[in-house]
Amino acid sequence: MGYDWLKGVADEYDVIVIGSGLGGLTAANVLAKAGHRVLVLEHHYQFGGLATWFTRRGGHIFDISLHGFPSGMLKSCRKYWTREIADAIVPLKDVRFVNPQMDVRTTFTRDDYTRVLVEQFGVDRAKVEGFYDHLRSMNFYDNNPETTGEMFERFFPGRDDVKRLLMEPIAYANGSSVNDPAITFGIVFSNFMGAGVYTYRGGSDDLVGKMADELRRNGVELRKKVLVERVLVEERGGRKVAAGIVAKGGRVVRAKAILSNANLKNTILRLAGEENFPAEFVAAAKAVRINTSSCQVYLGIRKGESIPHIGDLVFTSANPRFSSTELTDLHTTSRTFSVYYPDTRPGGDRYTVVVSLNARHEDWTGLSDEEYERQKERLIEESITALERYIPDVRAKIDWKEAATPRTIERYTTHFGGTSFGTKFEGLKVSMDLPEKLPGLYHAGSVGIIMSGWLGTINYGVIVANKVDKALHAEKRAVAASSTA
Amino acid sequence: MTKDECRQVVLDIIADIAPDEDLSNVKPEVRLRDQLQLDSMDFLDIVMELRKRHGIEVPEADYMQLASLDSCAEYLTPKFNALAGKS
Ligand SMILES: Cc1cc2nc3c(=O)[nH]c(=O)nc-3n(C[C@H](O)[C@H](O)[C@H](O)COP(=O)(O)OP(=O)(O)OC[C@H]3O[C@@H](n4cnc5c(N)ncnc54)[C@H](O)[C@@H]3O)c2cc1C
Repeated sequence: MGYDWLKGVADEYDVIVIGSGLGGLTAANVLAKAGHRVLVLEHHYQFGGLATWFTRRGGHIFDISLHGFPSGMLKSCRKYWTREIADAIVPLKDVRFVNPQMDVRTTFTRDDYTRVLVEQFGVDRAKVEGFYDHLRSMNFYDNNPETTGEMFERFFPGRDDVKRLLMEPIAYANGSSVNDPAITFGIVFSNFMGAGVYTYRGGSDDLVGKMADELRRNGVELRKKVLVERVLVEERGGRKVAAGIVAKGGRVVRAKAILSNANLKNTILRLAGEENFPAEFVAAAKAVRINTSSCQVYLGIRKGESIPHIGDLVFTSANPRFSSTELTDLHTTSRTFSVYYPDTRPGGDRYTVVVSLNARHEDWTGLSDEEYERQKERLIEESITALERYIPDVRAKIDWKEAATPRTIERYTTHFGGTSFGTKFEGLKVSMDLPEKLPGLYHAGSVGIIMSGWLGTINYGVIVANKVDKALHAEKRAVAASSTA
Repeated sequence: MTKDECRQVVLDIIADIAPDEDLSNVKPEVRLRDQLQLDSMDFLDIVMELRKRHGIEVPEADYMQLASLDSCAEYLTPKFNALAGKS
């Protein structure tokens, strides 16, 4: 028998969090600070979920999802984490868009974006302000059927280039397309337009390490390499309730509440199981569409070499016009270069480039092993060639290259369809309804597009933690009342 | 508990969740959102703190009762007094 990764874990907790993505970790921290006993179980060999990194020979550290997030992270990290974490959040100053329709450099703040739209694209200032105001006024409970594409056409009719400038960064940020409800664009765009794009100085490894430290200080039990196979469901008073988890290997740990940070569909259809829900809820869960996935190419610059500053985030495409379909195509030419200069990890002297492309899981799953390797080679080759446009001599400086695909994401996170950004919009309602359908089981994590990304999932983790806290308090009060009666 | 004390309870919570805000001139009758940089997450934090510190539950449907200090006092004071009466 191998090592028991659950050694020393108690038989019962107030809350078990399945998965250590940013949503799961944040919920765990909030609940621990509220006085509950919390256990976090992660199947991977490191915490953080998609907020992750890996190291490679040659001293390279690659960040997977540290490309940029809204300024709201500052406030959320200060409130739900620590001052130290919040203080490491810094703005990215140089965001670029280069494609056949434009060549733009911006700080991605409201003022600067307005400048670009007015001066470079010749859009009327009042129109731009009106557009921002409209986005700000959108509410997620409005149920407005308008799509992002329709909204663009209403404000900027016939302006393909404007639509591209507006849509492209958000498509990378949350996997949404012009066919999704306009709210999925509005919330995320408004969040970014608040004060620009931010990053975490120190790298994902530093962030997740500090979060784990803080969780331990708050008394949370954290375990990795533990796959939760299913949620333990029992019948109480004629009603099914979630009563704990069963880990791979058979160990049962009980809890008053189970909070799953696994993908929503995994949670309902695999971990809990269809048989534990009303048929119409199962149908609703099955109907939830998974969001798109990603490919990435990781390029490590040899120690001692440097590359010039070409921007922090460079959105590029050779496609003549923007198309949400092209963006996720197997052969897309739309890529974002995230360039990590030495100040990413203060004290370091290394450069890395991470190339991100949107992708569809189904394009990658059907491939034979040989074809899969060939496609990855192609991705790497095309990415280096595209980068040479900005850094002509870069090829000779690269001493590590590697690609990840939707299959990679699926393997590391177990997420349905290797999704990078949770589910489409309809997933949010299913996620929020879950505890009503199976008391004791909650879901928090990237869902509904608007609750995805680092900030979205952190805040959603807090929203769900509040629900769990409320239920645990009610339970305590009920117990107290019955023991005094 | 008086309504004044109740306003102070809410202000103490806001001081902790929004440490950068200047709370010396908050007008009790004006919506908090209109005078401070508070968003919906901050209101959720107020709800959680009321539960944690004082055992007070604010159902989701009543969140809008927390709009201003005055409406907080109006809504929360009876809840505080009911709790005090029980123990
Ligand atoms: C390539 C890429 C780039 C991105 N770039 C950005 C960016 O620049 N900015 C941004 O804000 N967002 C970005 N995102 C999105 C962001 O990373 C995610 O939305 C966010 O990190 C997801 O957090 P989460 O809480 O939903 O959990 P996840 O990160 O999805 O983690 C869930 C965790 O649960 C674990 N788990 C699942 N099932 C089980 C089980 N049965 N037992 C035990 N553990 C289990 C998984 O292993 C995983 O660790 C990017 C995503 C990708 C893929």
